[in-house]
Amino acid sequence: MELYYLTAHQLHDMLIKKEISAEEITRAVFGRIEAVEDKIRAYVTLTRETAERQAREVDKSIAAGEKISPLAGIPIAIKDNMCTAGVRTTCASKILYNFVPPYNATVIERLNEALSVMTGKTNMDEFAMGSSTENSAFFTTCNPWDTDRVPGGSSGGSAAAVAAGETIVALGSDTGGSIRQPASYCGVVGLKPTYGSVSRFGLVAYASSLDQIGPITRDVTDCALVFNAISGHDPQDSTSAPYDQPDYTSYLTGDIKGLKIGVPKEYMGEGIDPAVREVIRETVKVFSGLGAQVEETSLPHSEYALPAYYLLATAEASSNLARYDGVRYGYRYKEAEDIVDMFMKTRSEGFGAEVKRRIMLGTYALSAGYYDAFYNQALKVRTLIKGDFDQAFEKYDLLLSPVAPGPAFKRGEKIADPLQMYMVDICTLSINLAGIPAISLPGGFVNKLPVGLQLIGKPFGEGDILRAAYAFEQSGARCCKLNLLQV
Amino acid sequence: MKITEQAVEQLALLSRLDLTAEDQTAHTKSINVILDYLDLLNKLDTSNVEPAAHVLPLKNVFREDRLQPSLAKELALANAPEEEAGAFKVPRIF
Repeated sequence: MELYYLTAHQLHDMLIKKEISAEEITRAVFGRIEAVEDKIRAYVTLTRETAERQAREVDKSIAAGEKISPLAGIPIAIKDNMCTAGVRTTCASKILYNFVPPYNATVIERLNEALSVMTGKTNMDEFAMGSSTENSAFFTTCNPWDTDRVPGGSSGGSAAAVAAGETIVALGSDTGGSIRQPASYCGVVGLKPTYGSVSRFGLVAYASSLDQIGPITRDVTDCALVFNAISGHDPQDSTSAPYDQPDYTSYLTGDIKGLKIGVPKEYMGEGIDPAVREVIRETVKVFSGLGAQVEETSLPHSEYALPAYYLLATAEASSNLARYDGVRYGYRYKEAEDIVDMFMKTRSEGFGAEVKRRIMLGTYALSAGYYDAFYNQALKVRTLIKGDFDQAFEKYDLLLSPVAPGPAFKRGEKIADPLQMYMVDICTLSINLAGIPAISLPGGFVNKLPVGLQLIGKPFGEGDILRAAYAFEQSGARCCKLNLLQV
Repeated sequence: MKITEQAVEQLALLSRLDLTAEDQTAHTKSINVILDYLDLLNKLDTSNVEPAAHVLPLKNVFREDRLQPSLAKELALANAPEEEAGAFKVPRIF
């Protein structure tokens, strides 16, 4: 197989055996980018020169006989909402089209310490608001499995790049499903970690109480390796959990005998494509065959998750996005009469329609007279949703569900109807409200398009998630191979 | 109809957004569709439920009161649309 389709752990083995060099890996990936990027459009910015220089540094370390980390010399694509010192960080928005951060996000610092090689910054829905990358101010990314379809979003560029061989691994961010849903649509693995387990320092904020950074990879082992590298306490993020993280590869044993898995019936009902339900039922058989105990359960407040999510996420967004005023960075409207005129015109020209809609909706939810009916009510519903999960986890180690109601949809199919687009996140966003971890794992196909299964864990239960995900992957029963697309 | 065009105009002003008449009409329509759906929340009796602003049991996260290096002025100003004498320059305020 071509180098650009291997996994990080396969490439690491080849590097330490000196069968290949890091520079060769980087050249193979950039060769692939040259060949397919016109059709996929995963990247907003490419960083080939610094990537090649970083790769040569890794080769020097190997030649000097130094022990290298599992991610050394491994190409990684970064969603364009994480600050990269000296490299443009746009959030796929006109308002940040020229923003060059003066510092690195903590995750970038950690990847640099691991000597991984950044390929570039990937496309997304503007400020991570969307489920298809169609809200990018620049262009829409295409799904490598069918280029007429969306890759999912908001981390669509990262998921498409991993699936198309335009990187080996990637980082995405997930506020309501933005790692897991594109991973499902593109047939790759995506982990939304427990809130607080990965530092948000340097992640451009959308909804601060929901946002988490996580890995998008081709297999579960790579997912554990990237998560090892980026997780852990960071004093620069006051919501970072002060816990020691274990070595997550130690959970990749393949043994899940006796593991208790619940399947919430609310996630298998109306609104979910029957073909997707069938895929999930098949995965249940696989888990049972591996020795897990699987049974139906209930999360009774599920139908309230979507409305609660949209109130809380937009309320937080309306506050977080107040900083884009044309004063300190980014786009500025130049002909303003006075400062308020400058604010208004800068923001009106700088933000896209969906971002404006969410800012206004959030402003509405927080305004006097509506605060109790909307915002406070949503916070109370959040308590109920978290309570549903707490109760389920008294009985089960993990929950199993679809990731999205269907496979990747066609470009233009949902963009005119915001509510229909929001429904795409129906199986993922309550996990963010509860702050718990969940993975999207290739589970099968519907009409030759990949469909993910979601494993949901207890707070800081990433170990159990990875254990079960790895056992499923290794069983090969429904293993969703890369399509090795000819684009 | 929960929200009128005039109310959306006011929301836009609060949000520091300058909408065209056409945008205002479109946003009023879509915000109303969304608000109708969000109303589902008010079917639920939550009188005995505490609100959850946050999911982690963290409070009062302090650090030691020690002097640390911060961003250099030139770097902080490097992205400024306009600067003068080491400060961000903006249009007149009145």
